[in-house]
Amino acid sequence: MGAVVGTLTMQTKQRRPSRDKADDDLEMTMVCHRPEGLDQLEALTNFNKRELQVLYRGFKNECPSGVVNEETFKQIYSQFFPHGDASTYAHYLFNAFDTAQSGSIKFEDFVTALSTLLRGSITEKLQWTFNLYDINRDGYINKEEMTDIVRAIYDMMGKYTYPVLKNDAPKQHVDAFFQKMDKNRDGVVTLDEFILSCQEDENIMRSLQLFENVI
Amino acid sequence: MAAGVAAWLPFARAAAIGWMPVANLPMPVAPAEKSKRQDELIILNVSGRRFQTWRNTLDRYPDTLLGSSEKEFFYNEETKEYFFDRDPDVFRSVLNFYRTGKLHYPRYECISSYDEELSFFGIVPEIIGDCCYEEYKDRKRENAERLMDDQEDNKDAKLPNMTFRETMWRAFENPHTSTMALVFYYVTGFFIAVSVITNVVETVPCGSVPNQKEVPCGERYTVAFFCMDTACVMIFTVEYLMRLFAAPSRYRFMRSVMSIIDVVAILPYYIGLVMTDNEDVSGAFVTLRVFRVFRIFKFSRHSQGLRILGYTLKSCASELGFLLFSLTMAIIIFATVMFYAEKGSTSSKFTSIPASFWYTIVTMTTLGYGDMVPKTIAGKIFGSICSLSGVLVIALPVPVIVSNFSRIYHQNQRADKRRAQKVQKARLARIRLSKKGSSTAFLHSKRNGLFNEVLELTHLPYKMNLSEQSSTEEEQQLSKSTSLLESQHHHLLHCLEKTTNHEFVDEQYYQQSYLEAGLQNYSSQSPSLSSQDGVTGTCCTRRSKKHHTPLPNASGPAHMPPLRHAHPRGLQELSTIHIQPLSTSRSSLNMRVDDAAPLNCQSSQITTAIISIPTPPVTTPEGDAHLPVGPAHQNVVKVSAL
Repeated sequence: MGAVVGTLTMQTKQRRPSRDKADDDLEMTMVCHRPEGLDQLEALTNFNKRELQVLYRGFKNECPSGVVNEETFKQIYSQFFPHGDASTYAHYLFNAFDTAQSGSIKFEDFVTALSTLLRGSITEKLQWTFNLYDINRDGYINKEEMTDIVRAIYDMMGKYTYPVLKNDAPKQHVDAFFQKMDKNRDGVVTLDEFILSCQEDENIMRSLQLFENVI
Repeated sequence: MAAGVAAWLPFARAAAIGWMPVANLPMPVAPAEKSKRQDELIILNVSGRRFQTWRNTLDRYPDTLLGSSEKEFFYNEETKEYFFDRDPDVFRSVLNFYRTGKLHYPRYECISSYDEELSFFGIVPEIIGDCCYEEYKDRKRENAERLMDDQEDNKDAKLPNMTFRETMWRAFENPHTSTMALVFYYVTGFFIAVSVITNVVETVPCGSVPNQKEVPCGERYTVAFFCMDTACVMIFTVEYLMRLFAAPSRYRFMRSVMSIIDVVAILPYYIGLVMTDNEDVSGAFVTLRVFRVFRIFKFSRHSQGLRILGYTLKSCASELGFLLFSLTMAIIIFATVMFYAEKGSTSSKFTSIPASFWYTIVTMTTLGYGDMVPKTIAGKIFGSICSLSGVLVIALPVPVIVSNFSRIYHQNQRADKRRAQKVQKARLARIRLSKKGSSTAFLHSKRNGLFNEVLELTHLPYKMNLSEQSSTEEEQQLSKSTSLLESQHHHLLHCLEKTTNHEFVDEQYYQQSYLEAGLQNYSSQSPSLSSQDGVTGTCCTRRSKKHHTPLPNASGPAHMPPLRHAHPRGLQELSTIHIQPLSTSRSSLNMRVDDAAPLNCQSSQITTAIISIPTPPVTTPEGDAHLPVGPAHQNVVKVSAL
């Protein structure tokens, strides 16, 4: 008899609808952001409509919600550098893109930064780069900030390099950098020093023009 | 590199501007976009259903049919579309793969048709996303097993040249192979039944002699029963010996469950023969006779259902164990309670706790014999609680056992642990594979890139290579082999190398150089080395390593002794480049092994000698500075391919 009851209970299982609290939470976090109209963006940036379309399609594909948070940003950027660890540099990049420091990049931020980098003048590009290096946004680049940045760049190389990466390679690099950039030898690089030194260096000038036809 | 992030490549390249002020060396040339094609829609007509997508979307995976030039074979000039005579439903998944980068397996689809479509479109099934991968693998395994079963059924065709032993074994295992086997099968079955019935009838009291009490038949017709028993045991012994003779692996046969049952079934008879009518051991002798009932288990050879039942019980061992354990717990609890409840009443049957066990068991299994009943009120209350909980405790594991039985009956069962282990290992392997793919693609293209540049530079009038035609063909092929996306990505990685003044190498090479760095005093390069010739900091110390033999693994050790020297002009310098053949492994999804560097496939080892001839300085400083990593001087000559 026990077996009969057992099999009966197995058939007639009652299902109560589950009121999952997690579902409610999930709904609230699905924020959707729509960018401004195409015309406004065209006016704001140096891209034409077609280019903005291409950019937006790629952006929306990877981030359907319309904003990129830091995690996603790091993941995307790391895909381009499979050898090493690109997350530190991606973090600095994220801060540079996220001008409003809101913790997420909207399409407008994305496209404005790209417009500066790809279609801006030399001064604008250098200014953007200076902002990237100036981690604490105090207007000066000191050695610690520069070392962090250079170390982040070296991290992207990964372990298997030729010649073998030595521990003081970033430091040497930073010293060379400061040698070149810090004109008045006060230990920090200001925006003007930076722009001036870069304009003097032919290599840098040339390489800044390198990515003009990216889109 | 995943498909979705291909659209973010422009962003990654733009962000590379952040490296420029830090770098001390000039950057390599950006890959030229030959024809700035506007993004266009292409139409894919699959059996009448039209799919449209951007051309760029399909270009994300150049090693598939739709991403490569193979699709041109299906181009229809009149309607300006690509026509495929394939299943449109499955094509949906295929196209979604290009769009999202994830391949999904629809559950309603037949596994073999899906596999066919995937192989037609050149997509490796291993890249199915994690959400659908389990399902895919399960279905694939089921299908493979079904095929194997079908094959086994077909295998029963009589093979010639089977030894007598093998024939016998097959006859024993599968009675339908021949008439002899069938006859044998039925005869043994009959004798098992006879033996069991004899054992049963032996104990029935038959016909009473008036002056004596009723005797069981066994003692009345001792001789008859003994003869019957002997006959049965003879047959069983002969059968056992024949099976033992025919078994391919005797040791394994002796350890199998069925043979143990056989032995246990016939042993009591022999032991009984050996032992005399000794009074002391007659008790043990009687016990031995019990084992004769095991003969009924011999029927399991004849019945598939019995075997499945046995297998079910074995696999439900944990549930049965749980049932037993919970029952024991409940029995002890209730027995204790009943004992103390009934302690007070007079002439109570509950004399001790073990004595109450019997009551508890009978009550919990709802048997209720009534030989022991509680008399006190407390006893009755607890007794009813006991019977109610008995129902619950027994009802719990039973559905599990039932469903287990049905599951086993319907499909083959693999040990769950083994399956989980395999899945885990396979998943890790896939992740490793995809990661490896993108990094090896870059190293691989660096090798090609160097070669490509060497070839390109031979377009000068000093060309003296094998045949002009072949070199241009190869060059075209080489340049086509990497899609624009890949070349841009590689250019980006190249820039990173320049910024940090280090190069990407594969693991093996790294180990080597690490050891060498330990051996010799390797002074680190000064990063501020720069000159008009575009010289990089690394010297050609790799000349000493050219005799290192490569291993044919997927990454393919790349020997690229870049020849760069701060040599003044007017010096003749000879270096050799050893380019090892690429191993054609399909492990890397991004690598296009087919048409990459066809020159490599011609001979196992190609040695090109590069001689730099003193010539007047180069035309423009820009041209100089834009020199890629390759040779130091522009006017490098490829002399011959040895």
